[in-house]
Amino acid sequence: MLSSLRSNFTKYHSLKQLRLYSSSNITSEHGTKTPDGKHVVTLIPGDGIGPEISRSVVRIFKEADVPIVWEEVDVTPFLRNGRTTIPDEARHSVNRNKVALKGPLATPIGKGHVSMNLTLRRTFDLYANVRPCKSIVGYKTPFDGVNTVLIRENTEGEYSGIEHEVVPGVVQSIKLITEEASKRCVKYAFDYARTVGRSKVVVVHKATVMKQADGLFLQVAQDLSKEYPDIEFGEMLLDRACLHMVQRHEAYADTVLVMPNLYGDILSDLCAGLIGGLGLTPSGNIGLKASIFESVHGTAPDIAGKDLANPTALLLSAVMMLRHMNLEEKAVLIENAVLKTIAEGKVLTGDLFGKATNTMFTDEVIKNLKV
Amino acid sequence: MFYGGKTTVTLIPGDGVGVEMANSVKAIFDAANVPVEFEQFDLSGHTEKNEILSKQCLASVRRNKVALKGILYTPLSRPGSVSWNVAMRKELDIYASVALIKNSPGSYPTRHKNVDIAIIRENTEGEYSGMEHSPVPGVVESLKVVTREKTERIVKFAFDFALKNNRKRVTVIHKANIMKLGDGLFLKTARDISKLYESSGIEFKEMIVDNAAMQLVSKPQQFDVIVCGNLYGNILTNVGAGLIGGPGVVPGANIGREFVVFEPGCRHVGLDLEGKNKANPTSLILSSLHLLRHLGLNKEAHLIGDSLTKVITDSECLTADLGGSSTCSEFTRAIISNLHNLS
Repeated sequence: MLSSLRSNFTKYHSLKQLRLYSSSNITSEHGTKTPDGKHVVTLIPGDGIGPEISRSVVRIFKEADVPIVWEEVDVTPFLRNGRTTIPDEARHSVNRNKVALKGPLATPIGKGHVSMNLTLRRTFDLYANVRPCKSIVGYKTPFDGVNTVLIRENTEGEYSGIEHEVVPGVVQSIKLITEEASKRCVKYAFDYARTVGRSKVVVVHKATVMKQADGLFLQVAQDLSKEYPDIEFGEMLLDRACLHMVQRHEAYADTVLVMPNLYGDILSDLCAGLIGGLGLTPSGNIGLKASIFESVHGTAPDIAGKDLANPTALLLSAVMMLRHMNLEEKAVLIENAVLKTIAEGKVLTGDLFGKATNTMFTDEVIKNLKV
Repeated sequence: MFYGGKTTVTLIPGDGVGVEMANSVKAIFDAANVPVEFEQFDLSGHTEKNEILSKQCLASVRRNKVALKGILYTPLSRPGSVSWNVAMRKELDIYASVALIKNSPGSYPTRHKNVDIAIIRENTEGEYSGMEHSPVPGVVESLKVVTREKTERIVKFAFDFALKNNRKRVTVIHKANIMKLGDGLFLKTARDISKLYESSGIEFKEMIVDNAAMQLVSKPQQFDVIVCGNLYGNILTNVGAGLIGGPGVVPGANIGREFVVFEPGCRHVGLDLEGKNKANPTSLILSSLHLLRHLGLNKEAHLIGDSLTKVITDSECLTADLGGSSTCSEFTRAIISNLHNLS
């Protein structure tokens, strides 16, 4: 009896462990398949170090026999009727395949262009951004035992882009909160919590000051929570959330935090800082038309083309993508190989204080696939 | 106001842990014979707004020019009710909020050493404009207002603060890559003002807010003076507090041309600890020391400061947030008994 309890307990926990870098498989994805049953996935290598870390992912996926065929596209934007637009071919590819993996993109400098990330979010209605952060064995920071998941509303809020100069020297920026966008994001958070086996959803807000805007987001969350009696629901002021993420993040290992756009942007980067930076954290953008998985670090032009970049963030994002596509077995295989390579500490890139090249790191991950 | 050798100061204990913290300061001031007379106003955010009391309170601050304040609770449930804290800052135009993030002495383990940051935050506009409306059900707009005038004065304040306090670097925090007009104006104004201080040798840096949060938890030593808009200030102050032991040890002040209101830098009400005698009054005590220095009472400020430092360094009588098990009143008594040894 006791042993069966224990084995269930272990099973439950290992499930949680395994599914951390997951986006959960709750959106129905009917992408493209090749005649021999492989999934077609759009690959956006990106700029700067993007192409080299993408090559690393492609190599590792091939060695791991992942049933995926890549469709590489270029998303260099242009202005169409004054709007930043990505090429039709890229748009069609993502819409057709429903799943994409993307490296870092540089926003073209010059008047009129909005950021590439914003452009992609709008083009594909990527409404929720999932950002898990877990302490990585082998890379020590002052913060131990971090295991957080943040879900950020991705389409409106402070990033609505609606701004104007009323008179010279006076600007109004509009934070837009709608019931519809809040609802689909918070609902995703609840569904995600359920799928990955986290028992709590906590909504982060500042409704003391933004009574109507954050008040609406909070109200939507309160209403939705009634549909999820199995998930514990909590509310937390932004002030306290910032404090707790630094001081007592351990208390949130069983929680999914959900919040409006700006708070999510700031807190997810903060959490990444706790475990060693954006080079080690994956990200998934869940949308109505498609889902895009990406590394959120920059293009690192200073080391681009020198084979020095660390592909971990893109690899973990690709792992998240595999889970999203229900390719659990391959996800586990690759995730373990990546984490093992870092934990062993023998072959690490410069950002992790090693001397290895991206190619050497990738070779080591491939070696660890076979162990 | 200065009568018979005593200065009158407005005291607003606030809600939550405010009352016990204010009592701690009062007891310490009494014991140290500080020539300050408090004019106390027991405002609360829990009860319906008491118009008469809050008018009297504001009149008192206007008379005395100086106040010591805890944090008032802001209810969520009453739509239309503005936060009294925010309203007072606007009413008195105390535009600059200063919070000091510095490692405490003593054995309390913190995640980073040598943290010493002053966060200066615009207090009267930005995301806290209070202008919101719902054009149709289910859609809300909330206005963030950024003006050149108010940005100029807060950035000037930050540079002047750096000069006076012998600090070397001012970092402006923004999100101008997304809010191109709003934060763009903030950033551009900060750049313009920084040019006026070029000869001072103070370094000027810019950082995007999400990166700043990440840098704060990974390399906080790179920051000296931070200047930012209202909401970012709220966020970064709390992140900073998390690095050094929590809101209980972060002092602060709200400063305008005419009035100064000293209050804990993190602005947590602390409802969960209310009435339990568990709060750490250090944030309000440190704020009161800045108040004493502001009044020119440096001797008293030194004495109390030394006593507080000794209690924290000895680590024998600490509150729970710093890993001890003492009550707020025990901590206060320890400071008072030290006063007598030191003087």
